[in-house]
Amino acid sequence: MTRTAFERQLTEIQDDMLVLATMAEAAIERSMDALKDRDVELARQIIADDLKINEKRYNTEERCLELVATQQPLASDLRTIVAVLHIIVDLERIADHAEGNAKLALLLADEPPLKPYIDIPRMAQKGIEMLRASLEAFKDRDTDRARAICEMDDEVDALYDQVYRELLTFMIQDPQSIQRATYLIWVAHNLERIADRVTNICERVVFMVTGHVQEMNISKY
Amino acid sequence: MQRPEVGVRIGSKMAADEKTLTQTAASEVRPTFEPPEPAVFTLRELSLWYGHKQAIHDVSINFPAQRVAALIGPSGCGKSTILRCLNRMNDLIPGVRVEGRVEYHGNNIYAPEVDAVEVRRRIGMVFQKPNPFPKSIYDNVAFGARVNGYRGSMDEWVEHCLRQAALWDEVKDDLKKSGLALSGGQQQRLCIARALAVQPDVILMDEPCSALDPIATLKIEDLIRELAQEFTIIIVTHNMQQAARVSDYTAFMLLSHEGGPGELIEYGPTNDVFTLPKDKRTEDYITGRFG
Amino acid sequence: MAVRSDPVSLRSSGAVARRQALSRVSRYALLAASLLGVAVLIYLGYETIREGASRLSWDFISSYPSRFADRAGLRSSILGTAWVMGATIVVAFPISIGTAIWIEEFAPRNRLLTLVKLNLANLAGVPSIIYGILGLALFSRYLGLGPSILAGALTLSLMIIPMTVIASQEAIRQVPPSIRDGSLALGATHWQTVRHHVLPGAMPGIMTGIILSVSRAVGETAALIMIGAFTFIAFDNTKLTDDFTTVPIQIYNWTIRPQPEFRQNAAAAIIVLMVAVVSLNLVAAIIRERFRRD
Repeated sequence: MTRTAFERQLTEIQDDMLVLATMAEAAIERSMDALKDRDVELARQIIADDLKINEKRYNTEERCLELVATQQPLASDLRTIVAVLHIIVDLERIADHAEGNAKLALLLADEPPLKPYIDIPRMAQKGIEMLRASLEAFKDRDTDRARAICEMDDEVDALYDQVYRELLTFMIQDPQSIQRATYLIWVAHNLERIADRVTNICERVVFMVTGHVQEMNISKY
Repeated sequence: MQRPEVGVRIGSKMAADEKTLTQTAASEVRPTFEPPEPAVFTLRELSLWYGHKQAIHDVSINFPAQRVAALIGPSGCGKSTILRCLNRMNDLIPGVRVEGRVEYHGNNIYAPEVDAVEVRRRIGMVFQKPNPFPKSIYDNVAFGARVNGYRGSMDEWVEHCLRQAALWDEVKDDLKKSGLALSGGQQQRLCIARALAVQPDVILMDEPCSALDPIATLKIEDLIRELAQEFTIIIVTHNMQQAARVSDYTAFMLLSHEGGPGELIEYGPTNDVFTLPKDKRTEDYITGRFG
Repeated sequence: MAVRSDPVSLRSSGAVARRQALSRVSRYALLAASLLGVAVLIYLGYETIREGASRLSWDFISSYPSRFADRAGLRSSILGTAWVMGATIVVAFPISIGTAIWIEEFAPRNRLLTLVKLNLANLAGVPSIIYGILGLALFSRYLGLGPSILAGALTLSLMIIPMTVIASQEAIRQVPPSIRDGSLALGATHWQTVRHHVLPGAMPGIMTGIILSVSRAVGETAALIMIGAFTFIAFDNTKLTDDFTTVPIQIYNWTIRPQPEFRQNAAAAIIVLMVAVVSLNLVAAIIRERFRRD
């Protein structure tokens, strides 16, 4: 088969993207741990590690650019590289949201939790599942799977509504809790944004296979 | 294989939304894309033999007016053969046999009463290796016009053609210089000016830039885009990036099997062919996965 | 990376040296062969010039032949040669070019054409005396032209047409097909293409061919003797029906005379003839060179 060097580089770029996804996934998970365990050290570590994630993204972006300039990819190769370029942006933003949660975990670490965290970890878990599934769909070039993942975003949105209403009730009943409740709303908001970003990734997977960009996250509201 | 009704063959656009790439067997594919613009050339099941060897098989395609159409494909797949059918230059090769129709503005140019010289008057050609006549620049351009009985002011006409070919400024000070004394890129533009001098409405280009350096190539590509506003251009090229840069529609040809005749595999708007080709063979060729 | 410490000798040795020696020997052998031919020519030229140079003068060129060696001259034979060559060119040139164009450009590619081309090649090798016999029978006797300039010209034309056609064919074939394609693609007819591109492009080659054929014909003796040109001509040629003689015939005439003075005349006439032939060849070479530079 011709173009072995190009093939190799194209595979390496996709592998880099998958590594970036793993790093983002870890950030989400660890930020939840830092929140639940009120682990200040862990939170600080996550914030420091975000730099590495940014670096990874820029590296991958440079390699994509280099491949386009030197190899003039066309057709499916071109769509793959363009998809990767977009997806790594989404992955880096996901990691930023996780970093945001780590910062909020730092702010919340001083006081005991307002209530047992149930829905928020569930949102995070859903987000992680969606993220993993979206990268599987990318690897398998599976548009049906990609579309199905976007449906899961509705569940995350529903959970966010629930969390919001619950925290609102807390704030009305107990003005002392307003600060902590507000922070927690932001945490949930970050997790909801993470799920949205994953739907973007799924849109790119569909683009990569079909050549068309289709908005797949029409909110119910 | 179905015979179309006489004179009428309407293709249907394939459904546009998500088509995963399909592996299609050679004999099943009947590319049915038709450009929306009015057609200058319509080829209907054109086949050609050089002696016993069949070079192209059942090619049906529509070249639209005032657009640039590119023919791409690996060596020997018949793209130049098709081009030379359009102005009957294949007649010059002994032992050539043609079946099917080539319709130019609706008239079959291979009908027995058609004179090949009349055909070539209306359809200009630029060759792979620039071939200016060993005469002066002026005479190179004027020859075609004189031979076809041009009546107006020749000086003005020569200037007009050289301007159209983006060569005037570079040669206007010495039109008596021999055409062979120009650089490769200039020679090719001279050949274009020469073709323009007979007032064709179609210009055929057979790998016009393959003998030129990159800068000369880009100048000619710019020229092609400019000329497309007035003329219909059909270009054969080995260089896919060039086809992507320069053309509005791209046709991909391939040998049907080892040693077999060339066939039209896919034809469509250039953007589509290069970002989302419908046929796996097109995809493989464009991404360099084979030859 | 190992660095060689012992000096590498690049002088030839062993098998290489033997092959080099063989190469040198063959080079010298070929040089000797060429020099041999040149040496013979130089010797002949020297002998001729030594013998005839003193006889060269304006008188010699402007006098008629005579029984007296010191009064005999080349006048009538030079004029005769000029007339015959002129008429030959007029007849042979159009026929040769026309035939060559027809064969290369317009003839249908069939067995008849192959036959014609084969025959031309054969005819080019036919000995000139055969042409003389043909000329005698056809032009002198059958057409009643006798030993006239016209008969001589027609005979010589027949002789040089085959080689001229072949040379012209070559010249026409040298014109690159890309030029033809370019012209035809513009909507020019076949004849327009031939007239404006093929012929002008082939013309230098054709001219060279003509000149070389003419210089061959200038020295032709046997054929013209056959048609009866071996006569004593003591007048200036003024029309095609005149009897004539040529310089080579005159040379032959003088060499068979017993008197040694006539041999001197012959040598001088040879010098004149050589000058003419060499000039013609020089012109042909100049034309070829200019053509190549373009």
